[in-house]
Amino acid sequence: MGMTMTEKILAAHAGQKVVSAGDLLIAQIDLILANDITGPPAISEFEKIGKPVFNKEKIALVPDHFSPPKDIKSAEMCKRMRDFARKHEITNYFEVGRMGIEHALLPDVGLIAPGEVIIGADSHTCTYGALNAFATGVGQTDAGAAMASGTTWFKVPSAIKVELTGKLPRYVKGKDIILTLIGMIGVDGARYQSLEFCGDGVSELDMADRFTICNMAIEAGGKNGIFPVDEKTLAFLKNRVTRDFHAVTADADAIYARTIVIELDKLAPVVAYPHLPENVHPVDEAKEIMIDQAVIGSCTNGRLEDLAQAAEVLKGRKVHPHVRCIIIPATQDIYQAAIKLGYIDIFIEAGVAVSTPSCGPCLGGYMGILAHGERAISTTNRNFRGRMGHVDSEVYLSGPYVAAASAVLGRIAGPKEVLS
Amino acid sequence: MSKVWRYGDHVDTDVIIPARYLNIAELKELAEHAMEDIDVDFASQVEPGDVIVAGRNFGCGSSREHAPLVLKEKGVQCIIAESFARIFFRNAINIGLPALEIGSDVEKIATGDEIEVDVRLGEIKIVNKNIIIKTNPLPEFVQNIANAGGLINFVKGAC
Repeated sequence: MGMTMTEKILAAHAGQKVVSAGDLLIAQIDLILANDITGPPAISEFEKIGKPVFNKEKIALVPDHFSPPKDIKSAEMCKRMRDFARKHEITNYFEVGRMGIEHALLPDVGLIAPGEVIIGADSHTCTYGALNAFATGVGQTDAGAAMASGTTWFKVPSAIKVELTGKLPRYVKGKDIILTLIGMIGVDGARYQSLEFCGDGVSELDMADRFTICNMAIEAGGKNGIFPVDEKTLAFLKNRVTRDFHAVTADADAIYARTIVIELDKLAPVVAYPHLPENVHPVDEAKEIMIDQAVIGSCTNGRLEDLAQAAEVLKGRKVHPHVRCIIIPATQDIYQAAIKLGYIDIFIEAGVAVSTPSCGPCLGGYMGILAHGERAISTTNRNFRGRMGHVDSEVYLSGPYVAAASAVLGRIAGPKEVLS
Repeated sequence: MSKVWRYGDHVDTDVIIPARYLNIAELKELAEHAMEDIDVDFASQVEPGDVIVAGRNFGCGSSREHAPLVLKEKGVQCIIAESFARIFFRNAINIGLPALEIGSDVEKIATGDEIEVDVRLGEIKIVNKNIIIKTNPLPEFVQNIANAGGLINFVKGAC
């Protein structure tokens, strides 16, 4: 019986030849992630076990959510994680000034390779499926327990095959693909399932598109999202990952719960209206909606390719007088590359606030909180009630092209309105 | 007899416990903000033994375990839903907060109903309507985690 990509990775990490959807197994973990919000309680759970860490090189601790610390309480949480990292000599602790948003950072520094199993005490851990890894979010108790055992239990998920066909139209990117998919199947359309991407359209996508798509698998309720490996994947891994890895492909007779075909040629830039990511509309339907803030960044869309799209729109233009535009490069390396490429100059000349890497406004932490009745367009991943601030504020989700064009016009707009 | 707190579909972990409070390390203090963005009365009026009953995909969104933790801290006996988001469900099991998934039977339970829940048997009795709902038991493997008193004790015994 054939296996999906996810089944093959889980089987290999459970010491089994064949597994299928519904099987319960215990898997070896290649990397465990926690951040400044989930790390401290994970550490407390770990300490209850009373064992040493299973491997000091296979735990990644990234203070990125409320960091650089926004207040004293946040500073205490960062300190708790920092002290733990020093005590246990955790190799992959990333201090402020060297850190980035975890899901952009870990692939960039070579901590993720094809065929690996990663769990993270953060729901967007599923991002790493872009590199053909099995990666999923867990709670802090699971993360703390795995820091001691190096293992965790999984139910093997059934899979939805998402076949991407054709060519991407100009200005349509990964965010538009994943929002379109979530609009089709709903925020629980892939609940407990794997989203396995395939098809000739995959080669159209740059790695940033694939990270964005896998990042939001959780927004469809998915356990993980995963792409096959191609030349673009290998080019990304070159000079980043030097250890051996084992890429997986789906068998021709792998079993899927269902197949969804997305014809890339037919896609357009889209926007998800409040208060669920499934409320997806073409950007052309949203042109009357005024905005107070535009945010470009996050683990979903804070990569160099995303900043390049924003720079393309903002070059030689100004942010609308009624709008605050905040751009947050996801890592220090991305920030520096954006400086060298001239993007940061473009942003500042346009009247954008550029920040050091942080999750900041995405989860309503800081660095761009919305007041009562305010409305934002944002390249982040969730538009739940109160997500970015006051419970009566609104978040519209989009990709960087739409967010940047909206920042210029002061209302939701597609890039063609500005660039043509 | 338990009081029912009834909610709809897709109750996300951001409304169960908003991220703006996640810098609070003290669980008792944090729990005072439970459900605040969806129900301002919940934290002040919920009583030990009460039950949350909700629609589809309860606990979707962020993996924050603070969400089931604040509900447990406020004395919620169990959560009954048409379906659960997977990370929330896993977290609830790991901390010993029962989560019963009962599909469309959830529509039989309304605000104001009085119910009795036997978590071990997976049985829900709607007393005022004289209805009994039976649920599927948890998988044996998951039950073993629960029997050990949660995941940490389970791992303590294993590694």
